[in-house]
Order: sequence, then C-alpha cells, then structure tokens
Amino acid sequence: MDNRTSLVDLAIRYGFLVLMAALIVFFGIMAEGFLTPFSAVFILQSVAITGILALGVTATLVVGGFDLSIGAVATSALMLSSYVMVVWEMSALSAVLICLAMGAFVGLINGLLVVKMRVPDLLATLGMMFLLVGAQRIPTEGRSISTGMSLPDGSVANGKFSEAFLALGRHRIDFIAPNLVPLSVIFLIAIAIGVWVFLETTRHGRLMYAIGSNQQAASLAGANVNRYKIVAYMISGVLASVGGILLAARLGRGDVASGNNLLLDSVAAALIGFAVLGASKPNAFGTAIGALFVGILLQGLTMMNAPYYTQDFVKGAVLVIALVFTFALSGRGGRARG
Amino acid sequence: MNDPAIRLAGLRKAFGRNQVLRGIDLTIPAGRVTVLMGANGAGKSTLVKILCGVHGADAGTVTLDGRPFAPASPSAALRAGVVTVHQNINDGVVPDLDVASNLLLDTLADGSGTFLNRRRMRERAREIAAAVGLEIDVTRQVADLSLADRQLVAIARAMAHDPRLMILDEPTSSLSAVEAERLFDLIESLRDRGVAILYISHRMSDIRRLADRIVSMRDGQIAGVFEEAPLDYSGSVRAMLGHEMTEADITIPAPGRTVLEVSDLVLRPGAAPFSLVARENEVIAITGLVGSGKSDLAGALFGLAPPLSGQMVLDGRPHRPTDARAAIAAGVYMCPKDRLITAVVADFDITRNITIPFLPRHSRASFLSRGSERRTAERMIGEMGVICQTPMDGILTLSGGNQQKVMVARWMAEASRLLILDEPFQGVDIQARRDIGHKIRATAGTRATIVFVAELDEALEIADRILVMSEHSIVGEHRNENIDVSAIMAEVVEAAPARAAGLQHG
Repeated sequence: MDNRTSLVDLAIRYGFLVLMAALIVFFGIMAEGFLTPFSAVFILQSVAITGILALGVTATLVVGGFDLSIGAVATSALMLSSYVMVVWEMSALSAVLICLAMGAFVGLINGLLVVKMRVPDLLATLGMMFLLVGAQRIPTEGRSISTGMSLPDGSVANGKFSEAFLALGRHRIDFIAPNLVPLSVIFLIAIAIGVWVFLETTRHGRLMYAIGSNQQAASLAGANVNRYKIVAYMISGVLASVGGILLAARLGRGDVASGNNLLLDSVAAALIGFAVLGASKPNAFGTAIGALFVGILLQGLTMMNAPYYTQDFVKGAVLVIALVFTFALSGRGGRARG
Repeated sequence: MNDPAIRLAGLRKAFGRNQVLRGIDLTIPAGRVTVLMGANGAGKSTLVKILCGVHGADAGTVTLDGRPFAPASPSAALRAGVVTVHQNINDGVVPDLDVASNLLLDTLADGSGTFLNRRRMRERAREIAAAVGLEIDVTRQVADLSLADRQLVAIARAMAHDPRLMILDEPTSSLSAVEAERLFDLIESLRDRGVAILYISHRMSDIRRLADRIVSMRDGQIAGVFEEAPLDYSGSVRAMLGHEMTEADITIPAPGRTVLEVSDLVLRPGAAPFSLVARENEVIAITGLVGSGKSDLAGALFGLAPPLSGQMVLDGRPHRPTDARAAIAAGVYMCPKDRLITAVVADFDITRNITIPFLPRHSRASFLSRGSERRTAERMIGEMGVICQTPMDGILTLSGGNQQKVMVARWMAEASRLLILDEPFQGVDIQARRDIGHKIRATAGTRATIVFVAELDEALEIADRILVMSEHSIVGEHRNENIDVSAIMAEVVEAAPARAAGLQHG
C-alpha cells in the first residue's frame, strides 16, 4: 500500500520531467539533427514569446483569475509598435514604451472589470480579447503595416522599423557558437527568473498565492485583495505586450495574421506548469518548463514532417494529460480552474 | 385536528464514525406549530434532510399519516406531502424566471409535453398564489422581488403540493420585522388548515410568537419537549444548551487601562443601542444565540461593516476602521469563526499560515526572510502546543484543534491592542479547547480580549466578565464569580422588547 502511494507520488512529482526527457531521447533518435545546439536554439526562440505570455497568465492564475486577452494584447502590441514607427515615424524607444503602457492599461481595465464591475474573469478578458482583435485593425482598415503602405487618407507611410527595434527580435549573442542565442531567449530567461523571484520570494507574491487559495481568508488577514488582483492583470498585460513587441521585431512588419496561436500555446504552457514537480498550483518555473515542453514537441514533430493539424492535436492531448496529472492524480482539485 | 401527522421512532444516522442522530423519537402533530431548537451540530439539519429526502436514515422509522415514509429523493418527499422552505431563500426559487414559472416549477420538472402554454400557466400560478394570500404580479421576474416576496413565492410553490408537513428552516434570518410578520400570518393560516409545521429557529421572539410546542435537541437526541401552556421558554433553551458545568477555576485579575470604549452602538435598524468597555488584562466573553448579533459586533470592531450609529474609541482615539487592513493597522486583530472558509489558506503550510497578516515584519524591501518566518512559526507552535511534524506541514494535515491553534497563533504572533476571537472553540477537541483557552488568558495582560461564543460553558471557562447579547444588543453583564447561570439563561432568551421596537421602525 505504502509502496503504491509513494509510486503515485513519484509519478506526480517527476512524471512530467521524465516525459520530457523521454521525448528528447525519442526525437533525438527519430529526427536527424534534433540534438544539436542549433535545434535547441530554434526551440528556445519559438518558445520565447509564448513563454513570456504564459508567465503573464501565470500571474493571473496565482490570484485565482484567468486572462484570455493575452493573445490579443500581444497582437495589438505588434500592430501598435508597427504603427508608431511606420506611420508616426517615431523612435524604437517610444514604440516600446507606448506598447508597454498599452499593455499595462489593458491589464488595468481587465482588473477593474473583474474587481469593481464584478464581471467573471473569463468573460471580462474574453470580451477584452474581442475588443482588441477589432480595435487593432481599425487604424489601417484591416491591412498589415509595412513601409510604403498607403493609408486610409490616401497618403503613404514612409517610416520604417529602426535597426535597434529589429535587433530586439533578431540579434544573436555569441554563446558556445558565434551568433547563436537570440536576444528574445535572454528576455524569456530574465522574465522567468523575475516572475519566479516575485512570486516565490516577495511578500507580494506570497499574498497573491494566499488570495488564490482563499480570498476571504487573505482579506481578513489584511491583504488588499482588489489591488493585488489588478496588479496581476497588469503584469499579464505588460508581459503580453512584451511578447507582441518581440514578435513585431522578429517579423519586421505589422502582420495582421500573426499571433493566432499565441493564446492557446501560452495558456497550455501555464496549465502544463501546474503538473511540473507536482506543484498543483500555478508557478513560474513550471510555466517555463511547460513552454519548453510544448516547444520541444512542436520542433520534434516538425522535424519528423508531421502536418500542422497533427501538431494542434498533440498539443491539445498533452494539455489534457497535464490537467489529469494536476487535478485527478494529486487529488487536490480545489484550486484554480483551467 | 390533533392526529399525529408525522411520527419518528428510533431514528439514527451516522456520517462515518460521527453519530449525528442517536435515536430520535418524536411526533409532529397536524395543525400545530412545532418549534425545533438546537445548537450548531445538534443534528437539526440532518433530521430535516432525512425528512425531505436528501439523506436516508441508518435505523428507525418515520410514519406519515400512519403509512411508512422513507423518501428516496427530495421530489419523492414532495409528492408524499413533505415540503421544505430552506434557510437560503434562493434555494427555493429560480431568480431568472418569472413568478408563474417558479410556482409551477415542480410540474414543469416532471410534467409531460414539451411546449409551454403561457396563458394556462399564468392562470394556474394565480390560483396557487391566491391560495396562500400572496398578492403579486405573476409575470414579474423573481430576481426583482424582495427577499420576503421570494420566500413567499417559495412557500406558495410548496403549498401547491397540498402538504401534510411543512418544514421551515430559519425562515426569518434575512427578513425585516414587518416581512417576518407577514410570514407568521401565513404560517398560522396554514396551521389552521391542518398542516403540521416544523419550524426551526433560534430567535426567541419568533418562537414566542409562533410556537405551540417546543422540541429541544442536543447532541443528536431530543433533550426536551415543552407543550404545556404557558410554554417554558427558558427551560427549552437550557435543554438545548445543556449546562454540565465545567469547574471554572477563573481568578479574576485586576483590570488595567481602558482600551476600547463603545457607546450607543446600533447594529441594525430598530435594535437597542448599547455600550461596553474593554480593558487591558481582561477577557470578556460575549454570548448569545445564533443570530443575536455577535458576528455583527465583531464585524463592526474589525471594520467589516460599520455600525449604523454610535462611537467606538480605541486608546482615546476614534476607532472607525473601513476594512480589515485598517483595523489591523490600529492594533485590532480578529480570529474569525468558520476557519476553513474564512481563515485557513489550504495551499499553505503551517509557517505561511501563521505569518500572513504580518509579512512586512518578515521581509526587507519586500523580500521575505524564510529564517524570520521559521523562527516565528517555531515560537508560536511551541507556545500554542501545536502537534505537528515540522513547521512545513500542510495545514490540512492537522486535526481541527491543531488547525485552530495555528489560526489563533496567527493573531498572537504580534502584540495587539484588542484581540477578537469569534467562536475560537468551533470544531475543536476538548484538549485543544483547554490549551487555546489557557493561552488566551495567559497572554491577556497587555491587551483587551473579547471572545464571542454561543455556548455558555465556553464563556464560563474563559472569561472574567460575561456579556449577553440578544436581538443585536447587549442585555446583561456578569462578573464570572459565583455566577447565576439561570439568570444568564433568562437573558439569552429574553428579548422581546428590542424586536417590538423594530416592528415600529420597520
């Protein structure tokens, strides 16, 4: 009996890491060139943006909320940064700052909707998602933004993406091999560490976890529940806009069709994160691993020439399995909804 | 009209090892209002749930009008003529539908046909409403109605089944005095039509107004049946609370400086204003029945809901906290009742549960010091005698008594001016209760302490001074020395004047 329970415990704790290791071995054997630094960097690069978004979702999950608008915030930041540079012909720095402010503002509105207007979190952020998907296309009448495009008033946009801005998404740092690690990966690692430190080692993070576990108890212990919830949505909004900026810098144009998968991938990463090390709760480390897991899976499948729809299917299946790990096996289904 | 409607014999029910009903023998006669009293955990709600088909009994029989009655589901109980109006009014109605649909809900649920005939529904609904004297537009949404009207709709709906027994579970808990009066009139007219009424309440004014007989429950058994006029109200309360006195070995110390001065406080419309003073080195217990206003007073002191009027002064300065944070900042701490809902953070270990309110003390520039947290947790675990493996044990791995020790430790880890403990002995074993009580008294020297308890025994065990609350006001004060228990009991029960005043003010 004891043996069995400890086996289940082990499975819950390390099951996902073992699965990931197995996956790497499997692709290493099956797909030629999978186990090279370049392939690893490619995975990290593909993971960087979804990972950053997923860390934002994690912040809202910690306070017992949820943010469905992250994908739309990211694509809005993509369009906004392009518009600022191409149409308004402003600098890279102003583009970045305006986008970050936009993300913070959207997060503030989300938070106010949830906290003050008492709209359920899923509905509030779903509404915000639709709003943003529409709003980001209004200024250009639904067209993508690039240098030389004609504007609705007939004039031609002459601004262009500055080199400094493009470097955010394209510059590579010498590490092991020259020009290997993209800057966006550095951002991901820095943000993951930052979110982890904030959630695990500061009193603010501690109170946010308390709010997510028992809001009433946290409130009666003197926590400012409303403020922390709003902060969580603002973190989510800002990180989503960071993701959007990196996407714009990588693409070099304001592409209306990009970023369709951002929401699904990043939510999947955050929820898979519940299962890592049997945490059964949202956490920054798990989220980063979750994002990496999704990246490895997709890269491996791509290198094995699996068609794109299989990838969506596999992603969904992995998410469902991760949720089973979290809720059924650990028997602590009380927390969070997914 | 005094033939027994319902007869219970030897009814037993256990949940796991917990014996909730231990042999109930009871008749509930037709055409009379039987009031059922019992403290929390006495088994009232289990009894009701067996009668209305939610639970099955382990042993014993129920007969309804001479026939065996063992409903397999709530709808079976309903068909057999047992209807229940629950405490939570919204359990009885669907707010998003109109009154007519609500009145006919049960026929919709197990009726035939798919499409609704609006006109016929409304006619039938009007008949049902008229039968209980409910004057209401049946096309209105229930969500737009007042709580009282919703409740009348729930009762009217129940009446459509031509019931033999109607159970009302604390029906007046959210009604104003005028609304309650309407409900009482309705209940009396049902009684006069020969319906057996089982009325569950703690409110003495309701009980005085309605009861034809009183049944007191305690620890899963019938502790007393009172049916001779005039009804022995204080006897019934005594039977419900019991009073196997624990030897109170309280030595009352000399009280210190005044900490809290409350004057002319009014907690709800129509309640009598009251005043109280709490001093350092003094433990005050405030006792009273459920619904007597204890939680409202605790909430006013801790900033959860401001009083309607009156002053609170803490250490000579006005005390008007707008929320829990403000109260804590002023040095007023509260260990709330119902710990699993209001206090325990299930995802956290013992240490983190203890340090929540005072994290700034354990952090520098917002970064937490694990060492500082662990030292505080270890100190408090030792002081409170929490039985655990390590301070990193999950809070839910502890027994109820140890969980409660951790919750009390949370608020004793820092010095307070006024410490409020709301039902600190709830769901706590006898040893933990002694430990917690002893700790509260041993540390009382530098602060004022107010403990809210429904059980008089607990008040006698812990307090220097016992205040009695009733009808949202303080009606008695006793030094815990050669105390006259029956006098306190009388005050617990006595209350009619305040309620009557409420009637006039509406």
